[in-house]
Amino acid sequence: MSSHATTVHHSEAPKGWLRHYIFSLDHKIIGTQYILLGLSAVTIGMVLSVIMRIHLAWPNVHIWGFANGVVSPEDYLRVITMHGTLMVFFVLTTVPQSGFGNYFLPIQIGAPDMAFPTLNMLSFWLTFVSMLVLLSSAFVPGGSSISGWTAYAPLSAVGEIAGPGQGLGQTLWAVSIALFCGASLMSAINFLGTTIDLRAKGLSLMRMPLTVWGWFITASLALLAFGVLLAACILLLLDRLAMTSFFIPANLDVSGVLLKHAGGSPLLWQHLFWFFGHPEVYIAILPAMGIISHVLSTFSRKPVFGYKAMVYSLSAIGFLSFMVWGHHMFISGMNPYSALTFSILTLVIGVPSAIKTFNWLGTLWGARIQFTAAMLFAIGFVSLFVTGGLSGIFLAQPALDLYLHDTYYVIGHFHLIMGVAAIFAMFAATYYWFPKMFGHMMNETLGKIHFWMTFVGVYCIFMPMHYLGYAGDPRRYASIESVHYLFRLQPVYIFISIAAFVTAAAQLFFYFNFFWSIKRGKPAERNPWRATTLEWQVSTPVPHDNFAGHYPTVYRGPYEYSVPGAAEDFIPQDVAPEQVAKA
Amino acid sequence: MGSRKSCAGSSAPAVLLSIVILILVGSTLYFHIAKTWWFPAAITPVGSQIDQQFFVTFIATGIVFVLAQLTLAWMVFRYRDHGQKARFVRGNHMLEVVWTTATLVIFVALGVMAAHAWGEVHFGGPEPGALQVEVTGVQFVWNFRYPGADGKFGRINPKDIDASTGNPLGLDPNDPAGKDDIVTGDLYLPVGREIELMLRSQDVVHSFFVRELRVKQDTVPGLVIPVHFTVTKPGDYEITCNQLCGLGHYHMHAMLHVLSDTDFQQWEQKQEAQNAQAGQ
Ligand code: HEM
Ligand SMILES: [Cu+2]
Ligand SMILES: [Cu+2]
Repeated sequence: MSSHATTVHHSEAPKGWLRHYIFSLDHKIIGTQYILLGLSAVTIGMVLSVIMRIHLAWPNVHIWGFANGVVSPEDYLRVITMHGTLMVFFVLTTVPQSGFGNYFLPIQIGAPDMAFPTLNMLSFWLTFVSMLVLLSSAFVPGGSSISGWTAYAPLSAVGEIAGPGQGLGQTLWAVSIALFCGASLMSAINFLGTTIDLRAKGLSLMRMPLTVWGWFITASLALLAFGVLLAACILLLLDRLAMTSFFIPANLDVSGVLLKHAGGSPLLWQHLFWFFGHPEVYIAILPAMGIISHVLSTFSRKPVFGYKAMVYSLSAIGFLSFMVWGHHMFISGMNPYSALTFSILTLVIGVPSAIKTFNWLGTLWGARIQFTAAMLFAIGFVSLFVTGGLSGIFLAQPALDLYLHDTYYVIGHFHLIMGVAAIFAMFAATYYWFPKMFGHMMNETLGKIHFWMTFVGVYCIFMPMHYLGYAGDPRRYASIESVHYLFRLQPVYIFISIAAFVTAAAQLFFYFNFFWSIKRGKPAERNPWRATTLEWQVSTPVPHDNFAGHYPTVYRGPYEYSVPGAAEDFIPQDVAPEQVAKA
Repeated sequence: MGSRKSCAGSSAPAVLLSIVILILVGSTLYFHIAKTWWFPAAITPVGSQIDQQFFVTFIATGIVFVLAQLTLAWMVFRYRDHGQKARFVRGNHMLEVVWTTATLVIFVALGVMAAHAWGEVHFGGPEPGALQVEVTGVQFVWNFRYPGADGKFGRINPKDIDASTGNPLGLDPNDPAGKDDIVTGDLYLPVGREIELMLRSQDVVHSFFVRELRVKQDTVPGLVIPVHFTVTKPGDYEITCNQLCGLGHYHMHAMLHVLSDTDFQQWEQKQEAQNAQAGQ
């Protein structure tokens, strides 16, 4: 299968500033652009979450930027909708895959660039436009949508009449997501083509770094999932703009107006959305799993435990992820018999997830652990993944989900396992690859402060949310003032909010470290972590065509650490067997 | 190898990480056992079954949680870099098979056990003679309708919906069966009698939730979704909406009053008398 990458797309860097930094075809620049886009999205998303936490803990505190300083119920819902959409699409989907994947996949497989550089550039700029459209919805009459990142119909389908933000704001939301789908589809094709066709000589599939496996499987999921969401968004737009009725049944009486629509099904939206939505959560986490395996192995100075099991479990998760979407719909009114099927399949998908966890622990077993900032975040990821995965086992049972569904328990579950875990992987990736990307080291002390505050902080934020869920606290409530049994939870709200502020503040260490180190960090060696994969064998800064014309041949698997008999505790993939120094 | 030197020998991160993980495990166990924030007591037989299943799941996942987190803490501490050589191991086929099978068995067993409580509510219909009540979600209130003395619900005609004239559900004035229907803003139920709720929505998706009943069910426009149960304990319970339905979602709230049989009959008679008066 592997073929020597002989085609050199553009061995000379383009001259003009615009072509070099803005409309670049270079996967490294495009990867960096995605990362910076994600960094702006996560910054806005985080500010929004701080606003939510201030409002929930101290409802009467005035907040700058809102009419009279008051966060109205619709403002609150606008904030959660924008937070969720930005975080899920423009951070979790974008950075681990399109950001780090773009930057490092070609280098790790010994290719000069992605297979389709122009398509790559278009994907980025379409994503950029998509984000602008989303953000612009905050400034239109009626404001941005209030229907959550899941945009359930008919609330999302019938227009302004259903509430503020459901007019133009919701239309722009759907347009933005449709554009995002287009960009993700193009990018998926690029990742698949590149991985299949451009691997270096000797780089068989079972020698690919697990990062590459993560990006590859994620791209397959994206190809199959985003098409469905695109269709759903188009149908939604037709319902909104062309009087069709895909999601709107007959005889709706909204705000005292009897609608003329007839014949649609609200559940159809949920099926389409979650048919995308469940694979989507794995789109967010599979690249992260790859990154974590990679970083754990490097700083354990050990091969990844059970490399093949890791590959098979990634594939199994990818495959099964298309058969479990109904677990988001146990109590939606869907056929209760199908709930049982979805339940068992969901529990089964927990098995490959558990295999991964065991293998990460296996990698640490007998290791020589180096506590770099990247490694700390990787270890933190494993802990978060265990916690978040186990709450999934409760939710996977319809009999238990019928209590926990749409409570804060679900918020706790998916933030730990998807939100925070994937973000930990992004931090690990940043601390790990920064020296290669920018030629300077990040400051380790700041990195560790950042880790400790964040690790403790996120647990303090999201563990108590499980207890709120037990108490029956529904998610997406602008205020607890109407429900008596929620009153006694106010102290928990305050605790969570304080933890959130501390965690948000901790990110300042990261921002500072990141931007300061780009220029001022200690100059980085070519291979500061003494790692085995190809990205560490090329010079820093990485040449325009990645290998300065000398494309590597791969002789071995990706994680040859502490091999008995070798002089060094790592053997790069591209060193011929006869050249390996003996101890 | 600056980074390597600075790490070698330092056990501070290992100790710190172990402590954090121990606190995590300890506090998680504490709050689950002390039940500081917890489910209110169930008031239906199925509710107790659900709680039982929750307990079993908690035990199974709890063991995995404690073992996995403590193993992580121990690994991190035990294998911190203190100058040793890392062991060269690529994996272990046997272990791989064992833990895959073990998790598969535990997870699927939980799923199969849980199927029972779910089926109890959702597969069979209600016992004969159940009291039927229609529940309708509307932005941002709940409406409850009883069939009245004739035991029949009157026809609904969406054109007649008009909350301002006291006809929020759109009862057709030309249908005699609807004349004695009782429409209320709170839910009144008799204790000890099988109940069947027929859930609908007039506009967007809402979700009917009563914690003590262990019942949560979306109300979907275009569908009528039945749920059934028998309440074993009189009292006042809160009904909330659990599916984002618009800006008033958080105050879409009503009360469930579970009354003794006689109290319920009295209440019903009073409502019917009021209806008759209003009809004159
Ligand atoms: C052990 C494996 C897992 C199981 C058994 C599981 C199970 C579930 C179930 C049943 C739900 C629906 C809960 C509800 O809405 O009532 C859910 C929600 C969710 N899960 Fe998981 N999950 C697992 C792993 C993951 C992973 C790996 C991710 C992401 C990386 C994830 C992300 C989510 C998200 C985002 C939601 C909620 C979406 C929303 O309603 O807004 N889960 N999970
Ligand atoms: Cu899911
Ligand atoms: Cu609601």
